[in-house]
Amino acid sequence: MSRTIRLTVNGQPHQLEVEDNDLLLNVLRERLDLTGAKYGCGIGECGACTIIMNGKAVLSCLTLAVLADRSEITTVEGLGDYRNLHPLQQAFLEEGAVQCGFCTPGMLVSAKALLDENPNPSEEEIRQYLRGNLCRCTGYTSIVRAVQKTLKPAAKESHPKI
Amino acid sequence: MPVDSKILPFRFRCLEPSNLTDALNLCSQSGDQVAILAGGTDLLIKIKRQMVQPEILIGLQRVPELQQIQTNEQGLRLGATVTLSEAEHYPAIQREYSALYEALRSMAAPAIRNMATLGGNLCNASPAADTAPPLLAFDAQLRLQKSGQERLVRLTQFFLGPGSSCLAPGELLTEICLPAPLPDSGSAFLKLGRVSCDIAKVNAATYLQRRGTVCILCRAAVGSVAPTPVRILQVEQLLEGAVVDSNLLRQAAEAGAKAIVPIDDIRSTAKYRRQVCQVILEEVLQAAWIRAGGVL
Repeated sequence: MSRTIRLTVNGQPHQLEVEDNDLLLNVLRERLDLTGAKYGCGIGECGACTIIMNGKAVLSCLTLAVLADRSEITTVEGLGDYRNLHPLQQAFLEEGAVQCGFCTPGMLVSAKALLDENPNPSEEEIRQYLRGNLCRCTGYTSIVRAVQKTLKPAAKESHPKI
Repeated sequence: MPVDSKILPFRFRCLEPSNLTDALNLCSQSGDQVAILAGGTDLLIKIKRQMVQPEILIGLQRVPELQQIQTNEQGLRLGATVTLSEAEHYPAIQREYSALYEALRSMAAPAIRNMATLGGNLCNASPAADTAPPLLAFDAQLRLQKSGQERLVRLTQFFLGPGSSCLAPGELLTEICLPAPLPDSGSAFLKLGRVSCDIAKVNAATYLQRRGTVCILCRAAVGSVAPTPVRILQVEQLLEGAVVDSNLLRQAAEAGAKAIVPIDDIRSTAKYRRQVCQVILEEVLQAAWIRAGGVL
């Protein structure tokens, strides 16, 4: 039995027919063509599917689409685009914080959620917040540096220790 | 059987009651093939792995009564679907229930903590549940409701074995009640995992009350070293009524490590668990004593 849900994704309203056992990640990727959020592990270990739902970072691979009804969602596509990069995206480019790129959408969305909660995190707070986002190229140092680069100068710390 | 963690491989109906009365009615009317869905961070993984195959999920996300946090002179009452991050950011927990705060901070990653709930962590009944040792140390009581009935159960009576609790069919955990902190008391939690977000190989929490140099109340609890999270009475008996010094805390930790019944499994060996249990027990006893205003 399919049901109708309404979502606002990156500011755009959508109305969709979904099944009760549909996962939000698959609805975003396959129905709305928002392929930024990635299917990594599917069991809440890797953070590649991280999105912001009603202001909170959550894992879309463990969220039922029906329970996202009436929610506001931000995916990495909502941060910025090629012509108008979000400061985090710009900093990731400048710091070379992307290797294979698979973890990058989750990293960016988690970093956005962190900065929404805490505009001036310390290096330790950045590392703590991103601890559920795995980068198998192990580019953590440049990722942390990129997040730090977007902070206001007063809060900037020296480059993270390796 | 190969597992595709990308999808939920079975059809089910997800019911979404919008208040507690409806939720309790749905729970009592439904049969065996029902699962309660709170944060989903355990249940949906079990469905993906085909460990459970419910036909009906009762989703508690839209039940406001279960999302409340209240403090009064009796203590703290936490609704069962308060998320780990809501609890972590609640000032009274940060201030007065240090062991619980430290446990919450040690758990998973922020996105999981935004989803997972306190009630879910308890009802999943994992021997490694990180909220269990601090809640045991604070002598938490659980409000279990069934339409028209309710009972209060001490957390010490709740866990029956791995994945198993004393919840009756149709019964719902609705509230976790913690007594108000006593004067000159302190608590602490520590866990050992492989990496920062990991499930515990061993976790431990203590709650101590002090009068001068004497410990007048001690509760110590550990997880991942028995079929359920457990209190360790051997530690409590050694400390209660005794003048506390570093030697006594070391003896108590040794007695605690002897009392546990750990197993070898994928995360650790029994021998290693026993060794590190002693170390973290000693450290949480020291930390709780110092927080209670004691000197070592």
